[in-house]
Amino acid sequence: MSPEPLLRVEDLHVQFPSEDGVVHAVDGITYQVMPGRTLGIVGESGSGKTVSSLTTLGLTRREGARVSGRILFEGQDLVTLPEERLRAIRGNDIAMIFQDPLSALHPLYRVGAQLVQAVRAHRDVSKAAARARAIDLLGLVGIPDPARRVDEYPHEFSGGMRQRAMIAMALVNDPKLLIADEPTTALDVTVQAQILALMERLQRELGMAIVIITHDLGVVAEVADDIAVMYAGRIVETSSAEQLFAAPEHPYTWGLLKSIPRLDGPREEELVPIPGTPPSLINRPSGCHFHPRCPYAQPDHARIDPRLEPLPGDPSHHVACLLEAEMRERLWAELAAGATPEQALAEVGVPGAPA
Amino acid sequence: MSSILRLRALVKHFPITRGIIFQRTIGAVKAVDGIDLEIERGETLGLVGETGCGKSTTARLIMRLLDASAGEIVLAGRDITRLKGADLKAARREMQMVFQDPHSSLNPRKTIGSIIAEPFAIHKLLPDRDERKREVQRLMETVGLNPEHYNRYPHEFSGGQRQRIGVARAIALSPKLLIADEPVSALDVSIQAQVLNLLRDLQRRLGLTLVFIAHDLSVVRHMCDRVAVMYLGKIVELGPNEALYGFPRHPYTGALLAAVPVADPTLRGSERRPLGGDVPSPANPPSGCRFHTRCPKAQALCAEQDPPLEDKGSGTLAACHFPLSREEVTQMGVRSAR
Repeated sequence: MSPEPLLRVEDLHVQFPSEDGVVHAVDGITYQVMPGRTLGIVGESGSGKTVSSLTTLGLTRREGARVSGRILFEGQDLVTLPEERLRAIRGNDIAMIFQDPLSALHPLYRVGAQLVQAVRAHRDVSKAAARARAIDLLGLVGIPDPARRVDEYPHEFSGGMRQRAMIAMALVNDPKLLIADEPTTALDVTVQAQILALMERLQRELGMAIVIITHDLGVVAEVADDIAVMYAGRIVETSSAEQLFAAPEHPYTWGLLKSIPRLDGPREEELVPIPGTPPSLINRPSGCHFHPRCPYAQPDHARIDPRLEPLPGDPSHHVACLLEAEMRERLWAELAAGATPEQALAEVGVPGAPA
Repeated sequence: MSSILRLRALVKHFPITRGIIFQRTIGAVKAVDGIDLEIERGETLGLVGETGCGKSTTARLIMRLLDASAGEIVLAGRDITRLKGADLKAARREMQMVFQDPHSSLNPRKTIGSIIAEPFAIHKLLPDRDERKREVQRLMETVGLNPEHYNRYPHEFSGGQRQRIGVARAIALSPKLLIADEPVSALDVSIQAQVLNLLRDLQRRLGLTLVFIAHDLSVVRHMCDRVAVMYLGKIVELGPNEALYGFPRHPYTGALLAAVPVADPTLRGSERRPLGGDVPSPANPPSGCRFHTRCPKAQALCAEQDPPLEDKGSGTLAACHFPLSREEVTQMGVRSAR
């Protein structure tokens, strides 16, 4: 028997009313996170990756958002849970770290005081005990001389140390799930490597599950066990990390992979950008949301809305694409060999596509 | 003499002062601390390094947006370090800059047409209105914008398109030198490639000399002929792309390259030890080699003597007493190593 997922998101929709119309930020996504595993959610700005995670913590509640679907955490539905019970979970069983550690820490309070507050918000312990815990945690996340640094202010910390302090704060109450929203985007590359290594070590030692949200395919390749690719509020592809990079199925995933230069690739490789720009979430394209930017789109793709379905050969790999599986396989084979989308199309001969 | 730009012992120290009325200088942030660099006509030079290494300050010094504390900047054979007034204005015609943030570098109250025409207005070129408009529309087409959008405002464009507007403005006067400071780091992944391809295409077509500043080492490898790696205000390694990425000799270059995440989970198992510690303060840089406080190979000599930037026999110049060997590069997990 396979273990129960720690978090299960089912058909989650999040909509925000605005002056210009309803923003469909998250549009029916389903995913799960197993205990002790890492899920990477990849997408560009406006793909809904952050909103879906904020909703998990109930942080979109106040903005007049319309939320439907279910977010099951250890059997409780977080969508309908009353605020005070959600509060007991937030920062306790589920913790979150944000992109910009400077704006997530209070500038006028000592780092230690903020950690102590986080401990005492959920546990009835003395200040001294909470402070001891804070010092322990700063040491755990690799801040040198934690007994002294605990009394410093955030501005006295470097960018990497602030993010370590944020992670310490998230770990205060031994969360079962850590949501990390672009945790390394504001950091330099050597510091990014330190933080990613730290997250991996903490996961090994503490056994927590991680959801890491990022636009960087390199980062998810480093740390994620499973990956979900989001586009315009939907998951368009999800699979194990190995499968996603070895045999990607969705044309958007192909586009992402072909538009980044790789450090270990041939130096003169041509980058193939995805044409056009991400769509508006108010007036979304009809049919497959990606069809206006998809080089392989066929006329009926503007009408039919693809569902996220498992691949015939691999039930853990899901894709929402209207192209036939065999055709996708041949297209990716051409692209992986260095063909441009036009060349791949000419070679494979998709019927009905523009020549 | 084919070098278009020569930097000699270039220094920029920002004073740290105390007191409100009688300000006393109590120290200096050594943002750029002695850079020698020559840039050849038509090449793309990458300037890489982490926050605070002085790469953007170097760009601003070249553009004369900041005044150098010492050293000289020679553009096309002419010392421009201390030019003023009309001479400076004339020199600035020869060099242009593309900025990181396409949202804050375009005036929201001006139309695209007048933004791109601004260089002509400043330098009193193309006084004829129709002629100016034709030239602006030609530029818009060159960078892949629809010339009919001449009268639109910046907010009507996406990030990638705005960056194209910035590029069109920068190439308006056919500058000899184009400096792009993190031109794609504010853009979405799928849009980055559009702007990178545009810059590469323009560079080839117009024979531009490009200084490309970025922190993303994969992007720099893709774009540049030569690369200079900076650390705390100094160049620590300089060389042709293939040599520098294939066999980095400075331990800092090696650590930077090893830290780059590669989009391939099958490589994950390989041992990588991230560089420890943080970048020291440029107000109080370490003695000797500035990297010695974080360097895994540091010895007593490194804290005493600042190593010169010299040929290490594998194609690059490196400022290191104990340069990396091939085995060490492989052990570090540098994925671009040959």
